This record gives sequence, C-alpha cells and structure tokens, in this order.
Amino acid sequence: MASETIALDAVAGGRKLIGERLHDWVVTVDHKKLGILYILYALFFLVVGGIEATIIRIQLIVPRNHFVSPQTFNRLFTMHGTTMIFFVAMPLVFGFGTYLIPLMIGTRDMAFPRLNALSFWLTAFGGLLLYFSFIGGNGLYGAGNAPDVGWFAYAPLTERAFSLGHSTDFWSLGLLVSGIGSIGTAVNFITTILCMRCPGMTLGKMPLLAWLNLVVGGMVILAVSPLTAAQVMLSIDRYLGGHFFDAQAGGSAVLWMHFFWIFGHPEVYILVVPAFAFASEIIPVFSRKPIFGYPVMVAATVCIGFISFSVWAHHMFTVGMSSYGNTLFTITTMIIAVPTGIKIFNWIGTMWGGKILLKAPMLFCIGFLFQFLIAGLTGIMLGASPFDWQLGNSYFVVAHFHYVIVGGILFTIFGAFYYWFPKMSGRMYNETLAKWHFWLFLIGFHLTFDFMHIPGLLGMPRRIYTYEPGRGWEIWNLIVTIGVFFQAAGTLVFVGNLLWSMFKGQAAGNDPWDAWTLEWSTPSPPPDYNFATIPTVESRRPLWDIKHPEDPDWKYE
Amino acid sequence: MISLIAAESAIFTIFVVAYIFYIGKSLSGPMPKDVLEIPVFSTICLLSSSLTIHLAVRALKNAKVTIFGVWWFATLALGAIFLVGTGREWQRLIYEKGLTVGTNLFGTTYYSLVGLHAFHVTVGLIAITLAMIFTLSGQVKAEHGERAEVFSLYWHFVDAVWVVVFTVVYVIGR
Repeated sequence: MASETIALDAVAGGRKLIGERLHDWVVTVDHKKLGILYILYALFFLVVGGIEATIIRIQLIVPRNHFVSPQTFNRLFTMHGTTMIFFVAMPLVFGFGTYLIPLMIGTRDMAFPRLNALSFWLTAFGGLLLYFSFIGGNGLYGAGNAPDVGWFAYAPLTERAFSLGHSTDFWSLGLLVSGIGSIGTAVNFITTILCMRCPGMTLGKMPLLAWLNLVVGGMVILAVSPLTAAQVMLSIDRYLGGHFFDAQAGGSAVLWMHFFWIFGHPEVYILVVPAFAFASEIIPVFSRKPIFGYPVMVAATVCIGFISFSVWAHHMFTVGMSSYGNTLFTITTMIIAVPTGIKIFNWIGTMWGGKILLKAPMLFCIGFLFQFLIAGLTGIMLGASPFDWQLGNSYFVVAHFHYVIVGGILFTIFGAFYYWFPKMSGRMYNETLAKWHFWLFLIGFHLTFDFMHIPGLLGMPRRIYTYEPGRGWEIWNLIVTIGVFFQAAGTLVFVGNLLWSMFKGQAAGNDPWDAWTLEWSTPSPPPDYNFATIPTVESRRPLWDIKHPEDPDWKYE
Repeated sequence: MISLIAAESAIFTIFVVAYIFYIGKSLSGPMPKDVLEIPVFSTICLLSSSLTIHLAVRALKNAKVTIFGVWWFATLALGAIFLVGTGREWQRLIYEKGLTVGTNLFGTTYYSLVGLHAFHVTVGLIAITLAMIFTLSGQVKAEHGERAEVFSLYWHFVDAVWVVVFTVVYVIGR
C-alpha cells in the first residue's frame, strides 16, 4: 500500500488535484497523516466545545439570566464535557503520539498501520454519532435532542423512564465506538514501542515521550475497557429491559458510579501523562540541558499508572461510603501526589542552571508547571474526604479540574503545537503572535479559573443554569465570564497563527530547535518512509552525539 | 494479542463484578438455584478444545498440515457443541422457566455475562471457520504457524474466562 503511493507520487510529479489529495488522506495508513487527522479533528471539536463553554458562561454572567433555557443549559454542559474529554483531549494526545512515536523510536510506521487508520475513523465517527443527536436524539417522543445527563451520566437519569428519546443512546454509542478506537490505538502504541525500536535503542535509551506513552497505552487498555463494558450494560438496560442500574428492580445507581470512575479517574492520568511527556521533551531542549533524573521520571510515571487505578472512589465521597472506604481512598489520593511531585522537581531540576530560552513552547511549559502545581494542591484539598463533603459538587470542584485540564494539559498541548509545528508543516510559526496567544490565554485562564474557586467556596453548586442575586456570587461570575473572552481571543490568535504560518511561514529546516531526538534528523515534513536508512543510536540524545562527536553522551550513561 | 486480552479481561471483570454484586439481590423469582442446571457436557467440550487447538498449532509448526486440519476441525466442532449447549440452555430458560433479561436482576446479569462469553466464542468460531476454509483450499502452510498460535492465545483466553464464568454463575451464584 505505502510503496504503491510512493511510486504514484514519483510518476505524477507535479501538483495533484484536490480530489486525489482528499482520497490520499481518507485511505491513508501513514502514521503521520493519521496523526495530523487526529489533531485537526480535535482542533475542530476544541472550537465546538469552546463555543459551548462560552454560551454556558454568558448564561451565568449575571443572576436570573435568560440567554438559554434550562433544558438547553443541561445539554450544553453535557456536550461540553463529553466533547472536551473524548473528542478533544483524547484525539489530541493520541494524534501527537501517533505522529511522534515512530519518528522518535526510529521506525517507519506503527506496528499495525491499518488498525491505526481504523482507530482514527472509529474515534471520528464516535464524535459524529454524539453530535448527530442534535438531529436524531428526538426520536418519536418529542423529548429533546442532545444528551442532557451530564458527562458522567449518573444512573438512574440515564434509564428509559427518565431519559426518553435517543439522546442518551447517542451519548452511549458514541463513547462505545470511540472507546474501541482508543483501545486499538493503545494496542498499537504498546506493540510499536516494545517491538519496533531502532537498533541500539534499549528501553533505557528511549525518549521519555515514548516511555510515557507506553504507560498511557497500558492505562487506556485497563481503564477504557470498563467504560466500554458499562456502556454495554447501559444499552442492555435501555434496549433489552435489563435492570443493571434500575433501582426500582433492585439495581444499583452507585454501581454505575463505581464503573464510571474506575474509568474516569485513570482517564485524567491518561490525558495528563502525555502532557508530562510533552513537557519532558520541551523543557530540556529549551533549557539546553538533558532531562534531570531520567530513571526516576520513568519510575514515577509507572507508579502513577498503577496508583491511578486505586483512587477512583474519591469522586464519590459525598455518596456515603463506609468510613473505611473514605479513609482508603483519601490515603491513596495523597499517595499519588508523591510521584507527581517528583516529576515537578525533576522539571525544575532540568531548568536549574540551564540556559533557558523563553520561546513559545517553553513559555507554555512554564505556565503548565505553576498551574499544575496549584491544580495538584486543590486536588489534595478535595482528596481529604471531610473537605470534599463540604465542597463536593460545587464550583470549587469545577475550578479544580479545569485547572488540571486547561492549566495543565491544554497548556502543554499548546506548547507541543508550537514545538512540533515546524516538523509537521515544514514552516516556522510567528513567534510574536505565539507570545500574544500565550499572554492572552494566560490572563484569560487565571481570570476564569482562579476566581471560579471563590463562588464554590461560597456555596455555588455546579450545573445550575442560573442563580439568585444577593448571595455574593455576582462579581465572581462576572470576572469568570470576562476571562472566557480573553481565552477565546487567545485561541483565535493561535488558530490564525497556525493557518498563516502553514502557507506563509519561513522554511523551518530539519532541526530549528537544535534538539536531540530522532524526529529532528528527518526533513520537515518527514517523507512517507521517515528514514531512508534506519538509524542506530547509542545514547538518549542521538542527535547530540552526531553534533558533538568529540563529547558524545554515551560516554556518561 | 496480549494487550487485547488484557483489555478483554478488564471488560469481563466488570461484568463478573456486576454479577457477583447482584447475587441474591433480585426482588422476584425465578432464582438461580431454581432454574440453573450445571452444563457439564458443554463445559467439558469447551475446555478440551483448548487441548485440540494446542495440538493443531503444534502440528502446523511441524509442517503437518493434514494433522493440523484434523485437530483444527475438532476445535471447531467442540466450540460449536458448546454454543449449541448454551443455546439450548437459554431456550429452556426462556420458554419453560420464563426467565428473560427483563425478568429480574438475575436474568439481566446472567444473560449479559454468559452472552458476552458466548459472543466471544462466536467470534472465535468465525475465525476458526475462516482458517478451516483456507486449510481445505490448501492455502495454509507451516509459516502460518505463528498466526495460528497468536489466535490460539485468544481461544485459550475464552476457555479460561469460561472457568471464571462457570465458577461465578454455577458454583458461587447458585
């Protein structure tokens, strides 16, 4: 397949028709094209989910607002959460992983290229299935369109009696389909990393991005499968008259919570570990020092992978578990902060005494370091069960997890965009616009999510479509909504910068950052076959060895 | 394949947990001890098919394609007998005992767990049938031994899951 494409390119020579190019992209099994498809698809849904968030915030800007109806508000926050987690964050980290892993470990493609394509299209159609609910969710019942059960869809709201029409089915099937895609991608990551490394690249010499994605692969396999199983059960309930989550027949709504969060909490780490991976590649290059504590970094990641499966019920302290359950999950939640803290020290250790270049990727990573630290601290606060009884389901929780996902994950993803954009497109982005993006987004982020903690502390519950004046929440909600417009402006600058640089940017050359991992040894963008000859490596920084033959790394490792 | 088996194990774990969690929680009958009979014969068939597929793979690796075909067919037949056994059991439960997915929690969890397993057996049988067709048309050679072995991992997994399902449904749950 791939070889035929190369031959055709050589024959055709000049520019191809749009139809032919489109056909190339649809039938492709090339990991680079699939990676870019994942990323473009996620960017599209990032804008969609962002618009939903903006509408939510406009509704909450003043008390007793009537911008949208309560029903629409419920649909908006459900779609916003589901979209951002499953169809923005997951495809983004998978997209970068799919694009970068084969290049970084010096091979020509993933282990199963066709499975790779299948996984992408399953994820893509899962997203379309979810959004089709706007048209098809109504069914014959006149029961409203998009799902309105919240992103974790607690039972018994999802049962037939409370959710007429097909909206919940679209939600369930969309996640089922994209979940199977995710499992396929994870199988591919693991097999590729374990079986296809180039000669000389032992596990201990593998770039951290590959290591961390290996852990992510294992976590996806063990965490997404329970979600898949739970969605099958929900469908059995809704279509075959089963009683899994039907309290009227003795079923248990709490069981759904357990099944959802045994997926849901590892999911947070599935998203944040790739973010760690981006930071672990970007920070050393822009500090001009090798990563501090490579083996500890790997060990901490593996630790996080294991412990993340034992913390899920800290989402359920307010449900009323036994005191043993509360204590156990409080302790495990405290423990998982330890390896995460180790990582933060390692990144600071890498920057310490380094020659720091404040380019856009590095700016975003520094933002990530501070914000992720604060997100972790509020996480520890919420992980203490008595504190959680007070603030569970308040805006404090919303502020906390947006701090993780936006302040932690999205910031490093923006950093990764700027860092690898020259490799993917062959052109440099505009540094001034990138800095505008950073500062606008940073100000917007802090306006929104710093001040969102306060109405939570003052008792404002999440998911309410409006609130009464006179509770001291007005000024905070106003500030939070103003921040959203800064973030939206920053995102517009970002998208504009990417589009402009795609066509008008300066040529980047192979290695614009003077970096050390194998992807920078290929032309930008890399050819279909990646490497004309498969490279051989001797250390963790193969390009350093080539550039500095008098003082190679392998002497010291 | 090992990754896939890990993912499948997680799925089965969730269903098994749900089954165990709901043992004895049904609000109305029929109860497991009233209606379930231990499927001894089909269990023996399914478990022995693990042995036959192992012998088949070994024969193929030694380039004995005919012997491979015989053992492969035996696996196919044993798997099919198991599936027929499950089908007859379900028929009896539905038509004579009146137990369906919607009857009570036992029905919901029983048909889901056993059905999920039967679904995996069916997928395996389709794959075995395809390989059988290739064998009969003479396209299977010794170099395909590794593929057959990878598939046999899946089949062993399906058998091992049956041991768990059997223990949970017919021993603990009754």
